[in-house]
Amino acid sequence: MASLSCDFVGIKSPNPFWLASAPPTDKEYNVRRAFEAGWGGVVWKTLGEHGPPIVNVNGPRYGAIWGADRRLLGLNNIELITDRPLEVNLREIKAVKRDYPDRAVVVSIMVPCEEAAWKAILPHVEETGADGIELNFGCPHGMSERGMGSAVGQVPDYIEMVTRWCKQNTRMPVIVKLTPNITDIRHPARAARKGGADAVSLINTISSITSVNLDTMSPEPSIDGKGSHGGYCGPAVKPIALNMVAEIARDPETAGLPISGIGGITTWRDAAEFLALGAGCVQVCTAAMTYGFRIIGEMTSGLSAWMDEKGYESLDQVVGRATPNVTDWQYLNLNYVAKAVIDQGSCIGCGRCYAVCEDTSHQAIAMSADRVFSVIDEECVACNLCVNVCPVEGCISMVAMTSGDTDARTGRTVSGDYANWTTHPNNPGSCAAE
Amino acid sequence: MPNSQMTPGIAPGRLPGQLYQENFSDLHPPYQPHEAAVAADRCYFCHDAPCVTACPTEIDIPLFIRQIQTGTPEEAAKTILTQNILGGMCARVCPTETLCEQACVREVAEGKPVEIGRLQRFATDTLMDAGQHPFARAPETGRRVAVVGAGPAGLACAHRLALHGHKVDLLDARPKAGGLNEFGIAAYKTVNHFAEREVAWLLQIGGITLHAGRALGQGASLDALREDYDAVFLGIGLSGVNALRVEGEDHNGVANAVEFIAGLRQAEDLSALPVGRNVVVIGGGMTAIDAAVQSKLLGAQTVTIAYRRGRDRMSASGFEQDLAASKGVRIVTNARPVRVIGNGAAREVEFEYTEETAEGLRGTGETFHIAADQVLKAIGQTLDAAPANLTLEGGKIAITGAGRTSLPGVWAGGDCAAGGDDLTVTAVAEGRDAAEDIHAALTGGDRP
Ligand SMILES: Cc1cc2nc3c(=O)[nH]c(=O)nc-3n(C[C@H](O)[C@H](O)[C@H](O)COP(=O)(O)OP(=O)(O)OC[C@H]3O[C@@H](n4cnc5c(N)ncnc54)[C@H](O)[C@@H]3O)c2cc1C
Ligand SMILES: Cc1cc2nc3c(=O)[nH]c(=O)nc-3n(C[C@H](O)[C@H](O)[C@H](O)COP(=O)(O)O)c2cc1C
Ligand code: SF4
Repeated sequence: MASLSCDFVGIKSPNPFWLASAPPTDKEYNVRRAFEAGWGGVVWKTLGEHGPPIVNVNGPRYGAIWGADRRLLGLNNIELITDRPLEVNLREIKAVKRDYPDRAVVVSIMVPCEEAAWKAILPHVEETGADGIELNFGCPHGMSERGMGSAVGQVPDYIEMVTRWCKQNTRMPVIVKLTPNITDIRHPARAARKGGADAVSLINTISSITSVNLDTMSPEPSIDGKGSHGGYCGPAVKPIALNMVAEIARDPETAGLPISGIGGITTWRDAAEFLALGAGCVQVCTAAMTYGFRIIGEMTSGLSAWMDEKGYESLDQVVGRATPNVTDWQYLNLNYVAKAVIDQGSCIGCGRCYAVCEDTSHQAIAMSADRVFSVIDEECVACNLCVNVCPVEGCISMVAMTSGDTDARTGRTVSGDYANWTTHPNNPGSCAAE
Repeated sequence: MPNSQMTPGIAPGRLPGQLYQENFSDLHPPYQPHEAAVAADRCYFCHDAPCVTACPTEIDIPLFIRQIQTGTPEEAAKTILTQNILGGMCARVCPTETLCEQACVREVAEGKPVEIGRLQRFATDTLMDAGQHPFARAPETGRRVAVVGAGPAGLACAHRLALHGHKVDLLDARPKAGGLNEFGIAAYKTVNHFAEREVAWLLQIGGITLHAGRALGQGASLDALREDYDAVFLGIGLSGVNALRVEGEDHNGVANAVEFIAGLRQAEDLSALPVGRNVVVIGGGMTAIDAAVQSKLLGAQTVTIAYRRGRDRMSASGFEQDLAASKGVRIVTNARPVRVIGNGAAREVEFEYTEETAEGLRGTGETFHIAADQVLKAIGQTLDAAPANLTLEGGKIAITGAGRTSLPGVWAGGDCAAGGDDLTVTAVAEGRDAAEDIHAALTGGDRP
C-alpha cells in the first residue's frame, strides 16, 4: 500500500492533509478531535500580538453560494484572526503538541509590520514545541485595514522584509502564506524566497461579496443592514488556487520552493491535483467546515487507493508530476487537430450541444428532424463547449486526428510535427524555423 | 353491528372512519419549496424540448421549470397558464407518463423523468394560493359568444374569449360547472375541492356569465343560440354511456361507472357511500381504473377489473394499471361478460375467455364466474343527443381546423368533438384554439 507519510520542509506528518489556519484550528478542543479523526497536521488559527485580543462581529460572519440541493459551493467570511488571548492559545498548542508528537503543528502568526513585534512573539511560539510557523499575509478583510494581512501580502518588499526578520529570529521553518488578491502571484512568492522562506502556502481567501439581499439591499452576510467584503474559499476557488500553485512551481525563480497547497480542496482528488501541480502537502478549511472532520477518512483512503492503482509508492513520486505539462499558450502545438465526436448510442437527445454551438459557437452541430445530433467536421474547431454542456459524461469526446488526415474545416493535411505560435506565419514576431 | 369489508351485498361504512380521509388524500403530495428547487434543477433546458411537443397545450416546460429554479414560481405559473388556463388541474390529472414525462430526455436516459407534473402543480398552486388571477381582459369588443358545456373545453374556450374582450354566456346542464373535473376525475387526484376553486379562480377574469342548470336542447336550441350570439362553442362532452347488452344487465347493483364516480365526487361523507363487498368493473380505460380503485378505497373486499382484450390493448396507462394493482385491484384480461347472474340483485358475473384472431376478437368457449354484488360498467361514453343537423364523424361532432363544425358560426371541442385523445388537457387545448379561431373570425371579418 502506498505510504502517505509526508515530510514538508522537515515537518513530518502521517499524511499530507493539514487543517488550514481557520476556525477548525482555533482551539485545543477542535484540534484534538481533528487529530483523533486522522488529520495529519494543523496550522493553528492565526495568533496576534500580546495584549487585548481583536474582536469579531457579533452577527453573521459567513456568506455562501449553493447548488440546487444546498450543496455549498463557495463560502465567504469576515472573521478576523483569533479572538482568544495569546497566552491561552500558546498553552493549548503546547499541550496538543505534547500529546500528538507525530502530527504537524504549525502556528500561524500575524503581528504589526515592525521587527520588534515579530521578535517578541517568536520565542513564545518556539517554546510551545510547535513544528513551524506560517506568516499570515493573506486576510483580505479587517486586518489589512490595520496594516497587516494582505496589506503586507500585496507588497513584495514587505514580504521579503518580514520573512527575513523571522528567519533571523527563529530556528523554526518559516512558511509564508500568500494572498491571491494580487495580479501576479509570482512576485510575492519570489519575495518570500528572497527573504529566506522555507516554503509558501497558498491561497488565502479571495476578496468577495457573495450576494446582495434584494429586500434590504444589504450585502450578505449582513450586520445591521450593512455588509463588508469578505474572503472567498471553498470548491469555487479551487481553479484559481491550482493555477497559482502551478505558476510558482514552474517559475524558474521559485522552482523547487516547497508549496503547501490550499484552496477549495474537498476530496482526495482535489488534493491529488494540487500535489501533481507541485504542492508538497495540502491544507483544508471549508470542506471541514462543511462536513466536519470525518471527511479525512475519504481523503486518505482515496489518495492511497489512487496511488496504488497508479503504482506510486510515496508522495514524492506524485508531487510536481504534472508541473512540466503546464506551459504558456504560445507553446501549445498548433498542429494538433481534434474534432468532436458524438456517441449516438449514449446520446439522450437533449440538444444542448446543438443550442450552444448554433447560438454561441461555430454552427458545427446538425440536428435532424428526429433529433439525431451530428458534428459537421467542416465547421468544428474542437472548442470543447459541446463536451462541457453535455449532461452525459463520455457522450461527446474530442478525438485527435492522425497525421496525414485532411482537416475538413481547413482542407489542410494534419501534420504530425509540433509547431507553435512562435513560428506561426500569422505571428508578426515569428521567426521562421529554418 | 357496524359494517365491515365482509358485510354482504352493497353497504356503506365498511371501513373505520379515519381511513376514508387517509385513502382519499392526495395521490402525489405537493412539493415543498426545497424539493421543487431540487426537482427543477434536474431539467436540462433542452433545445426544442421534446416535452413541449408532447404536451397537447404546448406549455414552454423548460422555461417554467427554470423560473421555478430561480425562485419565481409565480412567473412559472404565468408561463403555464398562458398556454393552459387549467394548468392546475392538468398538473394533477394528466397522464404525464404518456405525455410530457414520457418524452423527457431523462426518461429516455435513466427511466426517471423530470417530474414535470408535480413541478407544474407547485407553480400553479403557489400562484393560486396567493389568490392572484394574472390575466386582464382586453377592452370590451361588444361581441357575444355562447359556450355550451362548462367542462375543461368550455372553460378554456370561455376564458380565452373573455381575455380577448368578448362577452361569454357559459351554459351547463349540471348544477355545477367543471364538467368531469368536478364529476369524473378520481377524488384522490383533486382533493380539497380543487375543481370548484379552480373554476372560481378562472372566472375572476370577468366577462363570463355562468348559467348552471341550463341545458342545450331543453329550452335553448342551437338554432336559437346561433340567432342570439355572434358565435357558439359546443363543449358538451360525452354524457351517454355504452350498454353491455348482456343478460341480467338490469339486476340491482349493475351501474354505470361514471355515475358511481359522480356520486362519490359529490358525496359529503364518504363513509355513507354504499359499495359492494365484491365489485367487478368491466372495461379497460381510465374510468375502469378509477371506479375500481375508488371502490377498493371505499372498503370493498375484492375488486376485479375485467377487460375483454389483452393487457397491451388497455387504454389505461401502465402507471394507472400499477396504481390499481398497488391498491389490491385484480386485473383480468381477455375476458368478456356473458351474463350477470342473480336473483333481483347481482351475485356474480359469468365471463368467457377470448382470444385475438385474424377475424377479430373471438370467444374461446371456456367460461368462469366472478362473485359480484356490484357491477360497474366502464365500456365507453357516447355523445348523447347531439344537436341535429351537425355532421358527425365516428359518433362525435365532425370538425375541421380549430374546431369548426359543419354549421357556420358553430365550433366544438373536447370529448364531444372528433379527433384527439379524451383527456382534460386535450379538451383545454381544443377549447383554447377554438376561442382563438372564433376571435379571429369575429375581429377579422372572416366569419365562416
Ligand atoms: C371517470 C373519468 C376519469 C377521468 N380521468 C381523467 C384523468 O385522470 N386525466 C385526464 O386527462 N382525463 C381524464 N378523464 C377524461 C377527461 O375528464 C375528459 O377528457 C374531459 O373532461 C373532457 O372535457 P370536456 O370539456 O370535453 O367534457 P366534460 O368534462 O365532459 O364537460 C362537458 C360538460 O358539458 C355539459 N353538458 C353536456 N351536455 C350538455 C347540454 N346538452 N347542455 C349543456 N351542457 C351540457 C356537462 O354537464 C359537462 O359539464 C376522465 C374521464 C372520466 C369519465
Ligand atoms: C472563517 C475563516 C477564517 C479564516 N481565518 C484565517 C486565519 O485566521 N488565518 C489564515 O491564514 N487563514 C484564514 N482563513 C483562510 C483559510 O486558512 C484558507 O486559506 C482558505 O479558506 C482557503 O481554503 P479552503 O478553500 O479549503 O477553505 C480563514 C478561512 C475561513 C473560512
Ligand atoms: S425533456 Fe425533460 S429535461 Fe428536457 S426540457 Fe423537458 S423537462 Fe427538461
